[in-house]
Amino acid sequence: MTALVPLPVLLPLLGAGAALMLSKRPRAQRAITVGVLAAIVVIAAVLLVAADQDGPQVVWLGQWKPIGIALVADRLAALMLLVSAIVTLAVLLYSIGQGMTGDESETPVSIYHPTFMVLVAGVSNAFLAGDLFNLFVSFEMLLFSSYVLLTLGGTAARIRAGTIYVVVNVLSSMLFLVALAAVYAAVGTLNLAQIAQRVDDLPDHVALTLQLLLLVTFCIKAAVFPLSLWLPDSYPTAPAPVTAVFAGLLTKVGVYAIIRLQTLIFPGSPLTDLLLWAALLTMLIGILGAIAQSDIKRMLSFTLVSHIGYMIFGVALATKTGLSGAIFYVAHHITIQTALFLVLGLIERRAGSTALLRLGGLARFAPVLGVLFFIPAMNLAGIPPLSGFLGKVGLLQAGLAEGSWLALVLVAGGTLTSLLTLYAVAKTWALAFWRSPEQAHEMMKLLPGTGDSHTEEDAATPQLVRHRGHVHVGSVAFGERDLAEAKRVADADEPDRDLYQRVMDGSLPERLPFSMVGPAAGLVLVSIVITFVAGPLFGFTDRAAEDLMERTPYFSSVLGEDAP
Amino acid sequence: MQVNLTLLVVVAALMGAGVYLLLERSLTRVLVGLVLISNGVNVMFLVASGRAGTSPIVGSSDPDGMADPLPQALVLTAIVITLGTVAFLLAMAHRSWQLNGNDDVQDDVEDSAIRKLAIDDANSDSYDLSTKGQHEDDPVEEGA
Repeated sequence: MTALVPLPVLLPLLGAGAALMLSKRPRAQRAITVGVLAAIVVIAAVLLVAADQDGPQVVWLGQWKPIGIALVADRLAALMLLVSAIVTLAVLLYSIGQGMTGDESETPVSIYHPTFMVLVAGVSNAFLAGDLFNLFVSFEMLLFSSYVLLTLGGTAARIRAGTIYVVVNVLSSMLFLVALAAVYAAVGTLNLAQIAQRVDDLPDHVALTLQLLLLVTFCIKAAVFPLSLWLPDSYPTAPAPVTAVFAGLLTKVGVYAIIRLQTLIFPGSPLTDLLLWAALLTMLIGILGAIAQSDIKRMLSFTLVSHIGYMIFGVALATKTGLSGAIFYVAHHITIQTALFLVLGLIERRAGSTALLRLGGLARFAPVLGVLFFIPAMNLAGIPPLSGFLGKVGLLQAGLAEGSWLALVLVAGGTLTSLLTLYAVAKTWALAFWRSPEQAHEMMKLLPGTGDSHTEEDAATPQLVRHRGHVHVGSVAFGERDLAEAKRVADADEPDRDLYQRVMDGSLPERLPFSMVGPAAGLVLVSIVITFVAGPLFGFTDRAAEDLMERTPYFSSVLGEDAP
Repeated sequence: MQVNLTLLVVVAALMGAGVYLLLERSLTRVLVGLVLISNGVNVMFLVASGRAGTSPIVGSSDPDGMADPLPQALVLTAIVITLGTVAFLLAMAHRSWQLNGNDDVQDDVEDSAIRKLAIDDANSDSYDLSTKGQHEDDPVEEGA
């Protein structure tokens, strides 16, 4: 079985090379990339079973034991690998359906597929890395391809967003290098298992410095408050499938690295208070940001930040149930967040915009889209019996079991965040799906400075009430300034056209291609399946958390007889 | 572990200058700052590798007197990665200059819109229904 371990990294890299060579033949390119990702799904599933039954699967590359590079697939890594493989496959199929490979005028033809493959290789490598420098290299692989994907086409908005993203991430890479130099100077190795054994001999302050350095680095990647402010600025401008895979996977790689760091290397110094505060602030500030947004993409980016807080909550508790809940939540959240962004891409395609002010009535003329949005949105908010609810219950129970006052505050904060998430997605639902496009259009027309033909129509529309400078539609009220600002910034290409006008023009696509709806629906289905297999999955994450707490399975399989 | 003080001073100088440049608004300066920081980090690896020695090639000298080769390998990798990053950032700065006529790092549009909202109507208009308009034009809240 160990022969399979390097394949999730090797295959996409080879696939990237092949795809680059075949850039003139899109069909062959697609066949290769889809084939590679499908193979990784199978391999990851086999590794998952093997890791569960026979313990961690370890490969020392080139047999340079113990000074070379180790790849380790234990229960946690294998689970992450499987979930990420499924998600990336769905995103790839979706982007093929969208015609990212050439039909879209602003996207370069040939580089999407190879870059995506390198991204997948980087993500897999990060999960498998048994060596801190290898982890750094995999971060660079996935970051570099993410730079390219984020600025695809080089439009003004993407360059603006990309600048912030690239600079923040390069800086975090530099921090990582500083941490690596410090770790090497302190313990003379970069192998995770060896660091873990030698770190006990270090003086406390040195160990704490190393831990904080690494923690800050990983928290930037994972977007933990206050290191999360780059994320909502940079994600929403990318093409929908790119945003989907970033939102689903890249932050979770950071969370994974935090879990490894806290359980494997520094189990004696859980920093519970610090991390709990960070988790609380991440949850609350993230979700408050989400409520303030008037664009669905940005709203979802903020909920992404917010829900990272749940995972950090589980890690911070440093108990078996806490870790188990965090791992479950990571698996759940990867699928759900990616599915939501894919559906958002469908909305953008169908309705021409994701700005809340321009949308309306989607539930009526795209009912399938409504269902596809509704299920993951409710799942995100944690409505029973969906997996989001189960994951949150697991985490909150772990918090109650821990019992300190701060953990109880976190339990309350987590519940509040869940409710506010429900509010945010319900607002989206009410505005984009429930009201009629005419309502949205009439409301837009009321905005100052949006045309001169609207004044006589004001009185004729019963749904709209102008009252002391506010615009009311049904029970939803907006300040005029809100509307004007949001209207100005939303959809810069065609500032004066909303869904209603597009419908009247007949400029909207009649229906969505199945090749786009299929993958998105597939991911929604996966998230429902996670709900149904939640029992066995929680059993699995319990065992994974047990491994992490004990550490001996990791040591003995990586270092063999050298283990203590 | 004995530390070479000269190298440490070089690291500190490079890092300090790099951080200063990083805080500038122009992307080119940010880029130069990142290059300085990365060079500082690379020198830091030399500090971490301990005392200098002979070249680490098997058979050329006594293994006990060799320098530690691993940090050098790490530095090489870091240099390659930095090179790629710098090339990419340069391309971005150029593209930004093509599009805007400058390479300044810009504010987020929606972010500044929301910030402006917060300043302009601090007593959020959106919640007017519940208070029946009583707080309208309250100067205290607007200033807050």
